[in-house]
Amino acid sequence: MAEDMVTTLYAPDAGEEPLLSLPDVSMLKTAPVTRLSFRGREEARKAAGKGFGFALPTKALNAKTKDDKAALWLGPDEWLLLAQDDALETTLSSLEKALSETPHALVDVSHRQDAILVTGSKATWLLNVGIAIDLHIDAFAVGTVTRTLFNKAPIMLWRVSEDSFVVEAWGSFMDYVSGIMIEAAEELKAA
Amino acid sequence: MSQPFRLEKGGRIDRNASVTFSFDGEELEGYQGDTLASALLANGQHLVGRSFKYHRPRGIVTAGSEEPNALVSIHRKGDQTPNIRATQVELYEGLEATSQNRFPSLGFDVGAINDILSPLFPAGFYYKTFMWPKSFWDRVYEPIIRSAAGLGYAPKNPDHDRYANTYAHCDVLVIGSGPAGLAAALSAAESGARVILCDEQAEFGGSLLSETTSTIDGLAPAEWIVKTVTTLAGMDNVTLLPRTTAFGYFAQNFVSLAERVTEHLAQPDAKLPRERLWQVRAKEVVIAAGSIERPMVFPENDRPGIMHAEAGRTYLNRYGVKVGDKVLVATACDSAWQAAFDLADAGTEIAAIADLRPNPPESLVSIAKARGIRVETACSVTGTSGRKRVSKALLGRISESGSVSAAGEVACDAILMSAGWTPTVSTYSQSRGKVVWNEEAQAFLPGVHVQNERSAGTCQGVFGLDAVLKDGYAAGEDAAKAATGKTGKVTYSIGSGDEMISGTFMGEIPHDRDASRVKAFVDYQNDVTAKDVKLAVREGMHSIEHIKRYTTTGMATDQGRLSNINALAIASKALDKPLTAVGLTTFRQPYTPTTFGTFAGQSRGQFFDPVRKTPSHDWAVDRGAEFEDVGQWKRAWFFPQDNEDMHAAVARECKIAREKVGLFDASTLGKIEVVGPDAAEFLERMYTNPWKKLGVGRCRYGLMLNDAGFIIDDGVVGRIAEDRFHVTTTTGGAAHVFATMEDYLQTEWPELDVWITSTTEQYAVAAIQGPLAREVIAPFIEGIDLSAEAFSHMSVATGTFCGVPCRLFRISFTGELGFEVNVPRRHGEMVWKTLAAEVEKRGGVFYGTETMHVLRAEKGYIIVGQETDGTVTPDDCGMNWAIGKKKHDFVGKRGLARPDLVAENRKQLVGLLTTDPKVVLEEGAQVTTSANPAKGTPADGHVTSSYHSATLGRSIALAMVKNGRALEGETLYVPMPEGSIPVKITGTVFFDKEGERLNG
Amino acid sequence: MLLIHCPYCETERPELEFVCRGEAHIARPQDPSSQTDEQWAEYLYLRENHKGIYAERWRHIHGCGRFFNAVRDTVSDKFLSIYKTGEPKPDLDALAARFAKSSAEAKK
Ligand SMILES: [Zn+2]
Repeated sequence: MAEDMVTTLYAPDAGEEPLLSLPDVSMLKTAPVTRLSFRGREEARKAAGKGFGFALPTKALNAKTKDDKAALWLGPDEWLLLAQDDALETTLSSLEKALSETPHALVDVSHRQDAILVTGSKATWLLNVGIAIDLHIDAFAVGTVTRTLFNKAPIMLWRVSEDSFVVEAWGSFMDYVSGIMIEAAEELKAA
Repeated sequence: MSQPFRLEKGGRIDRNASVTFSFDGEELEGYQGDTLASALLANGQHLVGRSFKYHRPRGIVTAGSEEPNALVSIHRKGDQTPNIRATQVELYEGLEATSQNRFPSLGFDVGAINDILSPLFPAGFYYKTFMWPKSFWDRVYEPIIRSAAGLGYAPKNPDHDRYANTYAHCDVLVIGSGPAGLAAALSAAESGARVILCDEQAEFGGSLLSETTSTIDGLAPAEWIVKTVTTLAGMDNVTLLPRTTAFGYFAQNFVSLAERVTEHLAQPDAKLPRERLWQVRAKEVVIAAGSIERPMVFPENDRPGIMHAEAGRTYLNRYGVKVGDKVLVATACDSAWQAAFDLADAGTEIAAIADLRPNPPESLVSIAKARGIRVETACSVTGTSGRKRVSKALLGRISESGSVSAAGEVACDAILMSAGWTPTVSTYSQSRGKVVWNEEAQAFLPGVHVQNERSAGTCQGVFGLDAVLKDGYAAGEDAAKAATGKTGKVTYSIGSGDEMISGTFMGEIPHDRDASRVKAFVDYQNDVTAKDVKLAVREGMHSIEHIKRYTTTGMATDQGRLSNINALAIASKALDKPLTAVGLTTFRQPYTPTTFGTFAGQSRGQFFDPVRKTPSHDWAVDRGAEFEDVGQWKRAWFFPQDNEDMHAAVARECKIAREKVGLFDASTLGKIEVVGPDAAEFLERMYTNPWKKLGVGRCRYGLMLNDAGFIIDDGVVGRIAEDRFHVTTTTGGAAHVFATMEDYLQTEWPELDVWITSTTEQYAVAAIQGPLAREVIAPFIEGIDLSAEAFSHMSVATGTFCGVPCRLFRISFTGELGFEVNVPRRHGEMVWKTLAAEVEKRGGVFYGTETMHVLRAEKGYIIVGQETDGTVTPDDCGMNWAIGKKKHDFVGKRGLARPDLVAENRKQLVGLLTTDPKVVLEEGAQVTTSANPAKGTPADGHVTSSYHSATLGRSIALAMVKNGRALEGETLYVPMPEGSIPVKITGTVFFDKEGERLNG
Repeated sequence: MLLIHCPYCETERPELEFVCRGEAHIARPQDPSSQTDEQWAEYLYLRENHKGIYAERWRHIHGCGRFFNAVRDTVSDKFLSIYKTGEPKPDLDALAARFAKSSAEAKK
């Protein structure tokens, strides 16, 4: 399921050199996507699903994906909705139309955060350099999404396949997050 | 001859890999597989350091991390690390070590005079001596004591090594890899649990590594270790961490491990971290920490060559090193006999076995006799001699009544001692469990379990190889089941040949010497003697906690792992109380000293804290901007040109901004999108101002209080739609304001249909301020009529800027015509460069935070956190205009009516003008009514902001002054060390008092 | 570092992700203007802050962002009960008694 996300939503940014490219782990900046912060109660969640194209997940820490869209549970009344970069206006208007009768908040946060894709057999090892939660596949299954901390920076972490993760951070935090991982990965280059 | 004490064969060292190293400049040889301690002993070097207080010559006592004496400095890459235990240093080619606490040399040390003068240094010496005169403490006593005290020298250079961190999780963490630990790890792993096994040593196996006589499943211990470790290494669910010390046990099974990654390598790859901090969360923990031998407290028990019996055995069996040519074994415990037998079998002469017990086991006596070893019972050492190495021991016979009579002398070059075994309960104790005295084991053992942990093996008083293995397997199975609910097929190995040991002694060994003159050391590292402990008791210290602090026993880096039990026994005897009534001090983190580098990990230099940069950052760097830190943000401070200093740059920036136009990056301001049908109602409650009547497309300055009535933040709020507001906050207050709003929404007003979303980083913000501001932006704006009539001061509209979506505000923090362009962040750099080119074309300036501060001060605009300090009300700032008078409630309204907030004589915001226009006051300086106030006179106020105003050609200042507004026109004073500065109280607006420039 | 169960994320997370916001169940008075100075001062400043069983507000600030309430033994740092905002305050005495009993049993 979510593995397709790598090629559809979170495509590596064509213009960018990989931040890290090692046999066991790589780190890529991703191309821009449409990000909408959606807040509202149960009624709004239901209405939003109609506007978005599929029901927003109710299960904690869960992501649902369909076609080239994703809905990520971030809190009991908060979702991050993802769509293609050029779909901002259409997605906004179709959601607002479906939600016109229901109290809610829909805010464009496409530019607020950047994403990187961390992939490889050493991905969890590298992420756990700064992330304090258990990333074992039994504890953090494919499709799990959460906000957490990477050292001192707030991030969002989404496991899109067994060995690939999307890490999002507000723009000004990304150099810190990726920089620490790049530095930590040095030891993988040791003979 | 090279390595004169190395045996022809035996040990786990690699004899084909000889290693050259140096100690105090002397080149020596050892083998791969040696520790620095074993290599030094192979070269006959027992003397390795001088003691802390008396500078007595000291030698290696143990073979493990509990080593109290052999602390050395290790030099590498031009730097040095002090206080490393030689027993834990793995030998590598080119290793450079030096001894510590000696001057000028290890062999001849002037500090040793302290030993001769030692009657002058009893317990509590510092407390008693350096009391008078008081003023001498800082200037005389402390510097002298500090320079004489301490071990080794702290490195002076920044640490050039890399350090790493990792968070790890497991079902079962096994601490220690002796027989119990290996068995526990194996059974937990075979049960299907995720297992981490760590051990502070380079090799797994613990005590088995120096074991030669026993067998496991018929295998020699060394073979069984290989088999077991190979099995573990082949399992996906097992992480093996050698050279890794579990140094801290914290709440809810959070255990910190320090892994030494490269310390043992001659040429470490610079890509590898030196050490790694493992922050492990384990569902269950198995503590298999083992036990350590206890030294015997007899007079002069600290000479080089006197060591633990098991250490002597370890050096022999694991490293192929004999600790002496003629060895005396002094013991109260069976286990030391085996050391004597192993040494004798390896060809070392055993001078005698002196057992304190009148009747040691007959089986041991007969083995000794068969080897022709002299055995003395009811006998112990009562003194030793030999300057840099023990050369002779005095023996004493202990009668049934306890009296001691001389029993001759024995020549020897080493003494192996054992007063029995102390289970290592440090890690258990760190888990907040309380140890309890076990009469049968004669030891403190783990009591109740506070966390999900269990001990296994000798650390909980289980002795004898097979019993230890069984205990380990059971603990591992049990832990795995508790963690996962799963059980697996576990095969127990059977150990044999190492039976239960008996014999123990605690406290001072009886002797016939003058007790007031001899030194029988209890704590080697802190130079505490039996006499000191007894003196502490005599002087009224009756709790072990007091005795510990008075004598410093157990306060060294080993936390009394060697000394506590003996000290306790001596104190209990002196107090005539049972041991348990005296108490045991608590072991705390860290188990062994841990480097700062390990704790810091990658959080240093550029990664110490996130460095947040705005989209114009790189451009500003190119333009030579100086930056200042505002929280985690880097903000352009000023843009110096042609070697301008800050004063000149700011004066130019201010002047041109007012005359023409200036460009300022306001991206760091906090931004919150408040959306929902109740958005206006919510703001009505959060801010002092009224919002309901604010029209769409209009902005208003908002003031936020806490419920105590004090100002906590401010910013401009624009109404984007009926149900949508764009709120700005201060840069520093952004996170707090957002959290405060969420708090009220979630916990006080959950019924409101409104939600907040941080958009701080959704937008990059460029502020264009000055008479030409409109001309600067006009060429790029589409969809917004910029005329003064259509887009008046305090307007907001959406349109496009250079074709990208834009929220345009007409607002001003300078008093000039001003706009703020908000564009999606990734377009920020493009928009900024476009504006910068246009500003330059029109002769404008780029300005930073310093100029921003001056411009707003000229207008009397407050900065929250500069004019305010958490105790300032709107009225104090003359800002009652910002309060919605008709509002029934808002956060802070009730607070504003509190007696203290409406009292007379509150400090109020005023302007200050110095008589001399060139004098710029110091921010924070006090304001007084008298030119020369008497000492102790309370201040009437303080300066909050002070600048040179290029526009006005003079200095200006803002201040909070008691009853300030009523004092307008009067002269007050700012007392400074150079004399009082007279200041005139004025209004807060220094420039364009009518505010006409805003409407340009 | 404590491990805290978030009742919204329905999982345990390290303490790093949370902030503690002091004593729970202190509601902002409905009509502040009717409060006496003493009542208002009490609302603003007076907290139990005692040693032992204590109901606190926590926020999963670096997770779902939700506030919730938790009863914690401030001596052992053990959480006795965690519940969502709006749910009633548990009977602390009963909780304390049950906690004491279960600790005593665990120690055997
Ligand atoms: Zn949560």
